[in-house]
Amino acid sequence: MSRQRRNLILQWLAFFAGIGVVVAFLALTVEWSSLHRLFFDWAVFKDQFPNMITEGIRNTLVYTSIGFGGGLVFGLIAALMRRSSVPPARAAALAYVDVMRSLPALLVILIIGFGLPLAFGENLPSWANSNFAAGGFALAMVAGAYMAETIRAGLEAVPKGQTEAARSLGMKSGQTTVTIVLPQAFRIIIPPLTNEFILLLKDSSLISVLGIVVGQRELTTIGRQVSNSSGNYTPLIAAALCYICVTLPLTFLVRRLERRANAGSR
Amino acid sequence: MSVAPTPVPTVQAIDIRALTKCFGQNEVLKGIDFTVAAREVVCVIGPSGSGKSTLLRCVNRLEEPTSGEILIQGIDICDENTDLNDVRRRIGMVFQQFNLFPHLTTLANVMVAQRKVLKRSTDEAEQVARVQLEKVGLSEKADSYPSKLSGGQQQRVAIARALAMDPEIMLFDEATSALDPELVGDVLAVMHDLATGGMTMMVVTHEMHFARQVADRVVFMADGYVVESGPPEQLLEAPTQARTQQFLRQVENR
Repeated sequence: MSRQRRNLILQWLAFFAGIGVVVAFLALTVEWSSLHRLFFDWAVFKDQFPNMITEGIRNTLVYTSIGFGGGLVFGLIAALMRRSSVPPARAAALAYVDVMRSLPALLVILIIGFGLPLAFGENLPSWANSNFAAGGFALAMVAGAYMAETIRAGLEAVPKGQTEAARSLGMKSGQTTVTIVLPQAFRIIIPPLTNEFILLLKDSSLISVLGIVVGQRELTTIGRQVSNSSGNYTPLIAAALCYICVTLPLTFLVRRLERRANAGSR
Repeated sequence: MSVAPTPVPTVQAIDIRALTKCFGQNEVLKGIDFTVAAREVVCVIGPSGSGKSTLLRCVNRLEEPTSGEILIQGIDICDENTDLNDVRRRIGMVFQQFNLFPHLTTLANVMVAQRKVLKRSTDEAEQVARVQLEKVGLSEKADSYPSKLSGGQQQRVAIARALAMDPEIMLFDEATSALDPELVGDVLAVMHDLATGGMTMMVVTHEMHFARQVADRVVFMADGYVVESGPPEQLLEAPTQARTQQFLRQVENR
């Protein structure tokens, strides 16, 4: 008991000593004044609002929603194709999932984001020839590959007896999937899907490489553009704060959903 | 390919001929001939691994037969022109693990296939469902989810779900094997009523008492063969085959 206590005290002492060393190091070496001026300029910070919210958060959510909704559709199709009895369908789905997951998301966004408007630019209606369409589609393509695996895992987690019971009642294969298997699969994968949403929300920052027009800019794009034009990095800090305000509550939500899912299975 | 069937005065409800089933190298059914007449109750008994569940699952082709013929009311269910879903909806099936749909209420469990397969209206399906739940004594559980029911109650809902499709044949795959002993009676009572009412039934079971009371005929299977078959009093009291005698001795000693 006393030995444990002594160990604990020693650990705390080591912890504070370590922090002291780091603080001393930073205090002596960092140029606090320029850091403060360039990253934490209150006047510049205030100037970012409300635009950082009305354009930035709004559009981050728009890109994320398009990417998530589209990804869900692509993922569902790919997951169902991978369970198909038709070999070419399985192969096509596998190719999509494996290729997309082996590529950096940034590269996919560059290729699709620049390629799509070039390929169809003249023939597309204006709503489809926007940053929203190109960026959202690129995000959906990437997200769909990851979601396909999540959805497939969910489909496989539904016991085989469920399908057998439905088929024994005379339900067709498609009816069984839609009314019996999918609802159960989605209940299982709500926590991981919410996680995918958070990851996608952060990945939506990657579309800032596409040269987004004013009005369609999301958080990171605004942060970068304003920083570049003003020579002050405070807008990046403002954008970071906005991300945290959106993602942290979602992270808590996932943790709660997971806890409830675990409790339910017992 | 199929030769004109030899004229039989009455078409069997289930008519299985020279059925084999392999899982990989493992031959589970080794040439089964097996019939159930209309309104007949046939209990299939035998040690575990004898192939009795596999045989039952072949009847609605949940298990794909390796070779042989399966005729349901004279219709070859392995023929590619046969509408398998239509055959299946006329064969009710009850599973050892109940297999209720956990995301649907009891009532919705009994309604869903009526809506999707028989295209009944919501009102009609609900009416039928309530009648069937009443019959198995679970009217008051209509709005409960399966997870809130005991095993015995779940199995009775599963029976109601099958009966709501107006089946002409009922299959029971060890329907009471997963139940606590005190819950077995309620389920057997429902099955007993069904048999008395003239339902055609194929029952894979370990309940010798039930077989003796309810079955018109008992079939004993072992090692992928039908060893012996006969009226319950004969097969259970005075079996002619050594393998049957051995099995019944083991069951009695338990």
